[in-house]
Amino acid sequence: MPETVRIGIPKESAAGERRVAATPDSVTKLVAAGFSVTVERGAGEASSLGDAAYEAAGATLGAAEVVWSSSDIVAKVRPPSHAEVAKLSEGTLLVSLLQPERDAELPELLAKRKASSIALERIPRISRAQKMDVLSSMANLAGYRAVIEAAQYFQRTFSAQVTAAGTIPPARVLVIGAGVAGLAAVAAARALGAEVRAFDTRPATKEQIESLGATHLTVTVEEDADGGGGYAKEMSDAFLASEIALFTSQAAEVDVIITTALIPGKPAPVLVPEAVVSAMKAGSVIVDLAAEQGGNCSACKPGEVVVHNGVTVIGYTDLPSRMASSASRLFATNVVHLLMEMGGGTKFRIDLESDVVRPALVVHKGDVLPRPPPKAAASPATPAAKVDLPPPPSSKSSLRPPPAEDLKPLQQNIRSPTRRAWGTTVGGLIVILVLFVAGRFAPPDFLQHSTVFILACFVGWQVIWSVQPALHTPLMSVTNAVSGIIIIGGMLQIGAGLDAASVLGAAAALFAAINIAGGFLVTERMLRMFQRGRE
Amino acid sequence: MNQGGITTVAYLVAGVLFIRSLGGLSKQETARRGNGLGAVGMAVAVAITAVAWASRGTEGWSMAILLIAALTIGGFIGGWLARRVEMTGMPELVAILHSFVGLAAVLVGFASYMAPGAAAFDQPGAERTVHLVEVGVGIAVGALTFTGSIIAWAKLRGTISGKPLLLSSRHGLNASAAIAIVALCVPLVLAHGTSGLPYLVTIAILAGLLGIHLVMAIGGADMPVVVSLLNSYSGWAAAAAGFVLANDLLIVTGALVGSSGAILSIIMCRAMNRSILNVIFGGFGTADHTTTGAFAAVPVGDVQELKLDGVAALLRDAKRVIVVPGYGMAVARAQSSVFELTRALRKGGCEVLFAIHPVAGRLPGHMNVLLAEAGVPYNLVLEMDEINRDFPRTDAVLVIGANDIVNPGALEDPKSAIYGMPVLEVWKAKTVVVLKRGMAAGYAGVENPLFYLTNTRMLFGDAKKSIDGLVAAVKASS
Repeated sequence: MPETVRIGIPKESAAGERRVAATPDSVTKLVAAGFSVTVERGAGEASSLGDAAYEAAGATLGAAEVVWSSSDIVAKVRPPSHAEVAKLSEGTLLVSLLQPERDAELPELLAKRKASSIALERIPRISRAQKMDVLSSMANLAGYRAVIEAAQYFQRTFSAQVTAAGTIPPARVLVIGAGVAGLAAVAAARALGAEVRAFDTRPATKEQIESLGATHLTVTVEEDADGGGGYAKEMSDAFLASEIALFTSQAAEVDVIITTALIPGKPAPVLVPEAVVSAMKAGSVIVDLAAEQGGNCSACKPGEVVVHNGVTVIGYTDLPSRMASSASRLFATNVVHLLMEMGGGTKFRIDLESDVVRPALVVHKGDVLPRPPPKAAASPATPAAKVDLPPPPSSKSSLRPPPAEDLKPLQQNIRSPTRRAWGTTVGGLIVILVLFVAGRFAPPDFLQHSTVFILACFVGWQVIWSVQPALHTPLMSVTNAVSGIIIIGGMLQIGAGLDAASVLGAAAALFAAINIAGGFLVTERMLRMFQRGRE
Repeated sequence: MNQGGITTVAYLVAGVLFIRSLGGLSKQETARRGNGLGAVGMAVAVAITAVAWASRGTEGWSMAILLIAALTIGGFIGGWLARRVEMTGMPELVAILHSFVGLAAVLVGFASYMAPGAAAFDQPGAERTVHLVEVGVGIAVGALTFTGSIIAWAKLRGTISGKPLLLSSRHGLNASAAIAIVALCVPLVLAHGTSGLPYLVTIAILAGLLGIHLVMAIGGADMPVVVSLLNSYSGWAAAAAGFVLANDLLIVTGALVGSSGAILSIIMCRAMNRSILNVIFGGFGTADHTTTGAFAAVPVGDVQELKLDGVAALLRDAKRVIVVPGYGMAVARAQSSVFELTRALRKGGCEVLFAIHPVAGRLPGHMNVLLAEAGVPYNLVLEMDEINRDFPRTDAVLVIGANDIVNPGALEDPKSAIYGMPVLEVWKAKTVVVLKRGMAAGYAGVENPLFYLTNTRMLFGDAKKSIDGLVAAVKASS
C-alpha cells in the first residue's frame, strides 16, 4: 500500500504573476480523489484566495521549502526559476508551463535533480485532452481581456449611444486571427456593443466568426492555412502581401485592432506593419496578443503600452494574470483534469504510452525525453466550441466538442412537393387501372360509389396537407368525431322489430355517438387552450 | 322534392361542411370555426337520417326509443370522456375513439348482412358478389381497427409494455391471416341467404387477431405513426361501411378521414426518415438491438452533470433560451412548470421559444397541445424547420425528456439506427442542458452522443421537480 500522493502548490515567484495552480475548489476535488495537498502560505493571495479557504477545503499550509522539497507532485503556473528547481527532491513530478524553447537549461537542471516534468503547454490539442488544455483556457481569457484593455485606452464608447446631445456610432473592431483568443475577443467586443469584423486565414473559421455576430473578412488569394492543431501555418509571400493590403484598407475604418496570430514554434508574423499603424486614426488602439512572441504589430513593445503617432499599442504579456481569479480557477481545473487522467490519487502513475501525457513529458526520472513526432494533424476540436464555454470544473472525461459543420445526410424534406407529386401520380394511375378492370365486370352502382370515393380521397389529400403540425392533435380528434358519421349506418340498420340487425345497428349508433360527442367536445376544449401571446 | 332528394342534398351539405371543417383546422385562427362547422355538418347528417328513418313509416315507437336511447347514452359517455380526459392522456383517448369507429363498422357490417330482406340478396350475380365482398372487407377493416386501437390504447396507458412483441414468424403470420381473409370471401359469396355468417365471423376474428399482432409488434416510439395509421383505418372502415350501405356521405367522410390519417402517417414517417412499411413491419429499434441490450444504455464516456443552481445561473445569464420538450415532459406532467419557468425568464428579459419535433410525444402535435394547456402562447412554439437555424444564436437549450429527436448521430453517424432522421440541431447552441431521469437510451434504443459533447450539461432527476426548482431559483435571484 503506497502512501498518499502529496501535491505541493507553491506561490508563484515571477514578478507580477498573480495566478496560482490550485483553488479551494480544485483542492476539494484533489482531496476527494485521494491526493493530499500542501499549499504555500499566501499562494492564493493575489488571486483573492485566502489561506483559510484552502485549509477549509482540506489542504495543509506549509512554507515554500516544504512545498518544494517534500511533495510528490509540484503544480505551478509559470516555469520554475533555477533556484526553485534546485529545491526539488529526487523523483518529484513538476506540472507547469515549462517553455524550454525560452530557457534551454531548464530540462537539464530538472534532469539533474532526477525529477520529472510535464510541460502543460505541450498537452496535445486532441479532443480528449481539451479539458486539460491550459493554452486554450488562458487564450480565452486573454482574448476577453484584450477587449477590456482596449476599451480602457479607447476614448470613445464601444456601443452606439443615442442621446439628446447627439449620436455616437459604435466602435469598429478588427480581430486578426480567429483562434480561441480571437473568437473570445470577437465575442467580448460584440457583447460591449462594438461592430466587429474578424480575419483568419483558415476558411473553416468563417462559420464560427459569423455565429458570434461578426463579419468575416477574406482576401482574394486562395490558400487554405490550416496547419493542424488549431493553428494556422505560415503563408506564402503573395498571401501575406494581400493580407497586409486588406489590413491597410481596414485600418482607416476601424478604431481598434486586436491581433492574435501565432504560428507554433516561430516568431509571430508581422501583420500590422508601420504602414498599417499610421493609416489608423488618432486615438485608435491596437492590442497585440502575440507580444510575447515578438508581436504582430511592428510598433509593439512586449509588456508595455506605447503611443505611436497617436495610436496606443498595448503589448501586455500577462493578460490572463490580470484576471487572476478566473485564470487561477481555469488553470487549476485543467491541472485537476490532468492529474485525474493520470490515475487520480489512488492509481497515480506516469504512463509513457498515454497519448496525452507522453507528448507533454519533457523530463522523466532524470532523463530528458526527445519530443515525440506530432500525430497526423488531429485537428483539434473546433476551437470555437471552447471559446464560448470552457469545460467547467465538473467535467470528467471523454467529452467531445459538438459537430460544427452543417451535417446533412441523405434525407428528404418533410412534405417535399416533388415526392408528394410522385406519390399522387403513381397512386392515381394504379387506382385508375384497377377501376378499368372493375368497370369491365362490376355493377354501375359500385362504379358510381367508387368515383365519389376517389374524388373524396383527393379532396382530403389536398385539404389536409395544409394543416399546421401544431394542429395535428386537434385534427385527429376532429377526424375522430367526423368518422362517427358511421352513426347513420347504424341508425339505418334499426328496423321494424327487435331483431339482430336492429340491436347491432343500435349498438353501432351508440359507439358512434360516443365518438361524435367526445371528438367534437375534446377538440373544442383543446382549441380553446391555444392562444396567441400579446407581445 | 321527394324525401330521397332532400336526403341527398342534406348529405351534400354535410359533406361540404366536413371538408370546410378539416380545411379550417389548417390555421390556428380558423380552427375553432372549423370544429364548429364539423359539428353542424354532423347535426345535419344525423337529423336528416333520423327524418328519413322515421318517414319510412314502418318502425314503431319502441324502435324510436331504442334509437334515441342509443344516441343519448353514447352522447353522454362521449361528453364525459371529453371533459374528464387530461391533455397528457389525449393519445389514449384518440386511440380508444378509433376503436369505437372500428367496432361500429363491424356492427354495421353484421347488421347489414343479417337485416331481414336486405336488398342485395334479391339481386343476382355480380351485384350480390360485390355487395358481399364489400361486407367482408368492411368487417375486416373494422375489426382490425378495433383490436389494433385497443392494443394501441393499452400500450399508451402502459397496461401493455411499449416494447415490441416480435414473433420469429411474424411476417408469415400476417401474410397467412390476410390470405385467409381474402379466401374466406369465396365461400361467403357462394353461401345462400345468411348461411355465410360463420365465414363472416371467422373473417372478423382473423382480422381482429391481425390487428392485435400488427400493433403488438410496434415499439413505443413509433406510436405517433400507429395512432395516425389507425386514424386512417377508422376512416377506411367508415368508407367501407358506406359501400356496404350504398351511402355516399359515409363514403365521402370515410375517404376524408382516411386520407387525413394517411397524410399524418406519412408526415410522421418522413420525420423519422423511414418508410411506412418499415414502421409497420420493421419492429424498429429491436430486431437488431434487443439482443445487444437495446434499453440498457452502453455508456461511451462521462457526462458533465450540473446541479439545479448551476442550471439556474446558466439560465439567468442567457439572453435566448429554446426549450425542446419530449415525451418525458408529458410523463412527468411538467408542462405547467415549464410555462412558469418561461414566464420567470421572460420577465428577466430573456427570449424563450419552444422547438417541436414532428414525432415528439405519442401523438402528432401532442407537445403543442400540452403546451397550449399550460398556457404557452402558440406563437412561441415553433416547428423544427422554423427553428433549426436559430440554434447557433441561442445561449441555452433545455431538452426536457427528449432523446432521439436531438441525437446528432442521426446526422453524422451512418451506422446509427436513426441515421437520416431530421433532428433538432440543439448542439449548435452555446450550452445544452438535458433534463433526464437517468442515463437510459431513448425509445429507439440508440445511444445519444449529445450527452457527451463539451457544451452539454446533464441535470438528472424528475423533470417536474427539476423545473420547479429552477423556477424557484430563477425567481429568487431576480
